[in-house]
Amino acid sequence: MQQSDPSAQFGRSTVTLEVNGTTRVIEVEARTTLAQALRGPLGLTGTKIACDRGACGACTVWLDGSPVCSCMLLAVGVGHRQVTTIEGLATADELHPVQQAFIDEDAVQCGFCTPGMVMSCAALLNDQPDCQPDDVRAAISGNLCRCGTYPHVLAAMHRLRKDPAP
Amino acid sequence: MNAGDDSAGGPSDSPTRAEPFPYGILGVDLARIVRSIPADEPPPLAPNAELAIIGRSATRLDARDKVTGASRFTVDVGLPGMLHGRILRSRFAHARIRSIDASAALRAPGVRAVEVLAQPTAPHGSNASTVRYVGQPLAAVAADSLAAVEEALQRIEVDYEPLPFVVDLATARRPTAPPVYTADDAPRGSASGYPAPAGLPLHGNVRGPAIVDRGDVARGFADADVEVESDYATQVQTHCCLEPHAIVADWRADGLTVHVSTQYTSGVRHELAEAFGLPLAAVRVIAKAIGGGFGSKSTLGVYGRLAVGLSRQARAPVRIVLDREEEQIDAGNRPSTWQRLRLGARRDGTLTAVRLTSYGSAGVGLGAGVWSLAERLYPCANFLGEQHDVFTNAGAGCAMRGPGAVPGAWGMEQAVDELAERLGIDPLALRDRIDPSPVRREERRIGAQRSGWFERRPPAADPGPIKRGIGCAQSLWMTNVQLNAACEVRVHRDGSVEVFSGVQDIGTGTGTVMAQVVAEVLGLTPQAITVRIGDTRFPAGPPSYGSRTTASITPPARTAAWHVLQSLFREAAPLLDADPAALFAHEGRIGVRDDPARSIALAQAAARSRTDFVSAVASRADDYAGFDVRMGDAAIARQYLGGVQFATVAVDTETGIVRVERVVAVQDCGRPINPRLIESQVQGGVLMGMSFALFEERLLDRHTGHMVNANLEQYKLAGACETPDIEVIVLENYQANSATDAYGIAEPANIATAPAIANAVYNAIGVRLRSLPITPAAVLAALGKIPSRDAP
Ligand code: FES
Ligand code: FES
Repeated sequence: MQQSDPSAQFGRSTVTLEVNGTTRVIEVEARTTLAQALRGPLGLTGTKIACDRGACGACTVWLDGSPVCSCMLLAVGVGHRQVTTIEGLATADELHPVQQAFIDEDAVQCGFCTPGMVMSCAALLNDQPDCQPDDVRAAISGNLCRCGTYPHVLAAMHRLRKDPAP
Repeated sequence: MNAGDDSAGGPSDSPTRAEPFPYGILGVDLARIVRSIPADEPPPLAPNAELAIIGRSATRLDARDKVTGASRFTVDVGLPGMLHGRILRSRFAHARIRSIDASAALRAPGVRAVEVLAQPTAPHGSNASTVRYVGQPLAAVAADSLAAVEEALQRIEVDYEPLPFVVDLATARRPTAPPVYTADDAPRGSASGYPAPAGLPLHGNVRGPAIVDRGDVARGFADADVEVESDYATQVQTHCCLEPHAIVADWRADGLTVHVSTQYTSGVRHELAEAFGLPLAAVRVIAKAIGGGFGSKSTLGVYGRLAVGLSRQARAPVRIVLDREEEQIDAGNRPSTWQRLRLGARRDGTLTAVRLTSYGSAGVGLGAGVWSLAERLYPCANFLGEQHDVFTNAGAGCAMRGPGAVPGAWGMEQAVDELAERLGIDPLALRDRIDPSPVRREERRIGAQRSGWFERRPPAADPGPIKRGIGCAQSLWMTNVQLNAACEVRVHRDGSVEVFSGVQDIGTGTGTVMAQVVAEVLGLTPQAITVRIGDTRFPAGPPSYGSRTTASITPPARTAAWHVLQSLFREAAPLLDADPAALFAHEGRIGVRDDPARSIALAQAAARSRTDFVSAVASRADDYAGFDVRMGDAAIARQYLGGVQFATVAVDTETGIVRVERVVAVQDCGRPINPRLIESQVQGGVLMGMSFALFEERLLDRHTGHMVNANLEQYKLAGACETPDIEVIVLENYQANSATDAYGIAEPANIATAPAIANAVYNAIGVRLRSLPITPAAVLAALGKIPSRDAP
């Protein structure tokens, strides 16, 4: 039902995941979601679970660069696709531009939705550097923020938007 | 010493000194007032324009951790040997528990502890054997894994004897409705500090009325030239914190440590000490990052007590994290309300009488009133208020962002608009006449300009199917202060600075504003201040509810920093060959005020400290002008907080869809410390208010008592696509009441939004919607295009 550390008596499988550029081998139950695997055995707690059924976007990670709700995928079903989590977005000394813009525009309140929000925004910016406000709204329409950071998220993305070449 | 110091809670006979403070609204009537203040309080702080750090938008200190996923929320806390816990909950809305057998669960694989709450007794026995809502906790299990917990929960056998129940407010009011409580077992106080007067009679499920009777309303209505009377209703809203309620309890021989997602570390410590018979010194509560609260995380809660009980039994740390369904059914909610408001006025708008009757339901809890907004926003000599709580078989309500004031404003701010129309007076002009607050007068003036109010047209002026309108509404909230609030500031020998308090940051930026205040005093940048909060090992922190945190913790932060600075001045004086009183701190240096060329680094003075660091602890002084009310650790200031909001909407009369296009929010919070953080708070308040107005509604199945939308897809929240353009304007309103004169804003920003939208919808379509939420179906029904939902 929620983040689980499945124990031995419930039948485990060995899963190999490519996470943030590293190959990780873990033991999970077949029913373990990718979100649970990341937060549990992989210790990557930046990915959040808030609804556990695809309704809030807090668990957003990238699969081969595309945002997905990691609570809606089984860990055993990920296969060879590259998983990128919020921990893998910044390099050791440089934030992703979306992260920096979120800081500069205060697009962060309690911060619980923020990792998912950042992952959705960063994926959009990669795909569509000239994204318009309505593109941003659509890209984060699955990311709920109860604190109401949407206006500042839009401001952060506005700051980053590259106008299309003339 | 000073006029106005005769109040309860005014300065006592300890030494004082008189100082001139900025006083009034910037740009309106900013002047000076002399106050007598305790001798150990710092000197007056200049208006923001003259300050370096306060009043500027410093970057949120924990923003980097939040955008990188490094923040550690309670759900992220894992301790060695930690067990997982979950709660078994009632499937019935009302039942007697004949028996509960957890022995098989205790023997299940991996299970380490079982706590049973509902102790069965003989029929008609103690209330502990009765469950009164779907989702009421019955027992809890801790095991090595969540999978093992879930297996074990299914082995607990509960023998229910179902009883009749009622889940909706209107039915529960009827004398024939199944009683939720008897007079003996009904709760007396309200949960979560929500105001619910004690000692009121209970008839069936109706408790009350709580009466406020002033003047003579009958006379007032007889004197009225016009009257308006309408009924207004609000739905149950749930808090929907993105981080669920979560706790990691670690019971050890030498004490209890609890990590918990809470709005009040100090309060939870007290609750734990009392519940488990521990000395306060043996209980530590930690809350480092908190994923929202909005009122629902004010207390320990049953889940918290269960986690600690399980940990005590298992002698191992236990984590309980509620899932989203549990959040929706048993983590508090904003009670539903129904109110009738009758206003009498003279032709010129002067109110002659106000009469309020309300019924609200906080489920099995108390505190479903509409507060005293109708009584206080527009003073009227003749007022009669009668408020009732109605029990229903649903999860208990608790405080939620502007409790009582949100439904209170929903009624009153529409009633005043209805009165304005009846009188043929512009709604703002009427408020100018009947609202004495100079702060809101200025807010109305600014908001009218920014929102395009003067282009407002008569109702339903657009010829096509999409009709636009504009509406405004006002907010009123108590200026709460926690006196049990303290802060320590340390300056180390190398000049580095630490600030400590138990206070938690639920997303408002509390730590950041504390750093700004300390940085201002010490002549440093906020980034140079290390803020350590969210731990009861530090000086007592105030709660993060009631919009009181900034008002309570920034004054002691400044006072403590000021005391430390006086010590540094004494160390620096001989080096600068100057009197300590002649020194000042600026950009990391201590200098001589009249000869700024003579200066040393702050660290040089700190290095002379006799011990590793210079430190001072300060607590929240009384407001310099005294308080209006004082109750133990808490107090209410003499001035109110408020705000005026203007909404522009577009209503599609063919689909019934209401789009909020723009909101102008003009707010006040005393001295603003960080404009950008305030803007974030106000945007959040507006969005939560809009979401309440248009989308949110807890739906209970009246045949089973189950919530049918206990999730985040059918329980609708406003998202990015619905977000309007929001303009935030914040007044500087100096009150000369504390070392910072700063107050909160989270709740005032949430109170006016829904009625502003409703008034705008009326202006758009010429039909008034008095029940929430304003769904497309409700709009179409109001337009007579489809039958109404409540029609037989
Ligand atoms: S937790 Fe995955 S979408 Fe909500
Ligand atoms: S910042 Fe709190 S939920 Fe988005």
